[in-house]
Amino acid sequence: MRGIRTNPLHLGTSVLVLTALLMSSAACASDEGSTPSGDSNGDGTIRSGLSVAFLPKTVNNPYFTVSDNGGKAAVDEFEGEYKEVGPSEASASSQVSYLNTLTQQGSDVIVVSANDPNAICGAVNQARQGGAKVVTFDSDTNKDCRDLFVNQVTGQGIAENQVKLISEAIGGEGKIAILSATANATNQNAWIDLMKTELKKPEYAKIQLVTTVYGNDEDQKSFQETQGLLASYPDLKGIVSPTTVGVAAAARYLSGSQYKGKVALTGLGTPNQMREFVKNGTVKNFALWSPADLGYLAAYAGAALASGVITGKEGDKFTAGKLGEYTVDADGVVVLGPPTVFDSANIDQFNF
Amino acid sequence: MAPDKTGRPARSLAKLGTWDVLVIVVLVGVIVASSVLVEGFASPRFWGFLLLDVTPIALIALPMTLVVITGEIDLSVASTLGLASAVMGQLWFLGLPLPVILPLVVLLGALLGAVNGLFVAGFGLPSLAVTIGTLALYRGLAYVVLGDRAIADFPFSWTANSIEALPGTTVPWVALVVAALAVVFGVVLHATPIGRSLYAMGNNTQAATFAGISVNRTKFWLYVLTGAIAALAGIFWTLRYASARADNGSGLELSVVAAVLLGGVSIFGGRGTLVGVLAGVLLLMTLRNALQLADVPADTLTVVTGALLIISVVGPNVAQMLRDRLRRRRATAQPVAGA
Repeated sequence: MRGIRTNPLHLGTSVLVLTALLMSSAACASDEGSTPSGDSNGDGTIRSGLSVAFLPKTVNNPYFTVSDNGGKAAVDEFEGEYKEVGPSEASASSQVSYLNTLTQQGSDVIVVSANDPNAICGAVNQARQGGAKVVTFDSDTNKDCRDLFVNQVTGQGIAENQVKLISEAIGGEGKIAILSATANATNQNAWIDLMKTELKKPEYAKIQLVTTVYGNDEDQKSFQETQGLLASYPDLKGIVSPTTVGVAAAARYLSGSQYKGKVALTGLGTPNQMREFVKNGTVKNFALWSPADLGYLAAYAGAALASGVITGKEGDKFTAGKLGEYTVDADGVVVLGPPTVFDSANIDQFNF
Repeated sequence: MAPDKTGRPARSLAKLGTWDVLVIVVLVGVIVASSVLVEGFASPRFWGFLLLDVTPIALIALPMTLVVITGEIDLSVASTLGLASAVMGQLWFLGLPLPVILPLVVLLGALLGAVNGLFVAGFGLPSLAVTIGTLALYRGLAYVVLGDRAIADFPFSWTANSIEALPGTTVPWVALVVAALAVVFGVVLHATPIGRSLYAMGNNTQAATFAGISVNRTKFWLYVLTGAIAALAGIFWTLRYASARADNGSGLELSVVAAVLLGGVSIFGGRGTLVGVLAGVLLLMTLRNALQLADVPADTLTVVTGALLIISVVGPNVAQMLRDRLRRRRATAQPVAGA
């Protein structure tokens, strides 16, 4: 009787253990078994065989897919080992366990876009103690934590560009609102502050920024926030959304509503996401740096550090493949360049 | 539907149920398999990191085990953690010293738990409904307190201390705190009249009442305790990540409930052991971190957690059903055999 009674449980045990084993071995199969064969070339060139890991704010985010693929292209060029890992939700602490994992795996270079400027600092320091060079890109941590920050553009450049675009789109006069990403996104908040300063200039005196709302870089939330904006401010003339998820969601809402062509929209978006909205007249123009180039530059910056080409101090110079030579600015910042403006005339030349 | 509602807590204490043994076996299996298959798994550093990740879930799982054994649930724990974190940040922002803030935050957690307790035990409302309500309410209050800000300028000595390992090891000292609390909870649950009364309440509330157990008062204090410990977890969370934010720990209640159920505590109350729950917490997190170390994508990890939750709810019941069916078959088969 006892034997019969426990039988199903025995079966259950075997199935569970088997499942666990299968999952572990499947996991192992996808592991790249990284033991870099580092051979230093000595004379200011990048070592081959560096293991470079990209840790985006979230995985399966179109923007980071493009930028990380740019990183992969760079890693392929200098014959390193590339991988991308990351959390599926953008909370403050979610990147920490991934940093811990990369530390254990002995990554040479970690390229990370921080969800929170402080939450990952401790883990970044542990990674650096473990021998990794840590480069932030897109969104920085505290400057004391990381080795370098690869900035897409200066915040000032973004602010000037975005305010100019929205001012032109609404004819220099009226109420505007900002649709941002998460409330703690370092870069977003810096840009918004700079935009506010920019709006104080005399030429923008007739523009009034009424509110900033947060779509959390989620499509649905951004869509709803846009809807809410237009319900709360019926006389809104324009929306600036300096985030790729937000601007696409806002464009989708406007495109399907009575506000299409009446409420102006601009922001930072990718050409592929925004193409149909530029062509159907919802959006006149928008801007972005090339995210692929950003990832590409970040990978080279990290590899230059790990190869001892640069130490990350101000004035250090390194060559980033096809993008040419870059110089490290104050506080360990490397700036990619000015943003590109996309409109109906040039959008078809881009595919990302 | 609930199996084994025989109300014999004393006997279920003497030996572990079959499910908890199964979980421990699977845990050992996962550890052995991962040590062989996943590079870096068998390192002391992995376990140091793992124990830090386990801490908040294990902490909250301790009182949650008692709550679920009485047949109730508390889904507001992660929101309590978030509100505690937000208040901690705000008080620090206002200039209070941490030795003053920390007891206040734990007290706040106890108060939040008392609100749950009042509605569940005082007014007799279903705990699922009450704590889903306070899940939203407390998280909302966290945003009222701290808004979208993050308070991050806690002194380094405190934040670094929160993840400090014991000298010469990679074992974080907070793991010892969790272990000590686990022993206290284990003794109370399995070796005292209070513990036995919790099982009795979960098995049959009326019988427990007739037996002279003050069901409502016990449940009330369980919620107070859960709130206080969730706030404690909030303090740890805030210091570990050096970031007080209203959204800290969002979604953590699912991991806690998953771990408790996976550990063999019946969702219907009356059954389960603390050893099983600790094995459940470790299984959940070990599997997660091992898969992560093996570069399994985040979405797959979510699927694994979800699958474990389903297995843990369905598993024991299916096992029981099969057992009953076999017994019935035997019962009907016997007379024929005898004839």
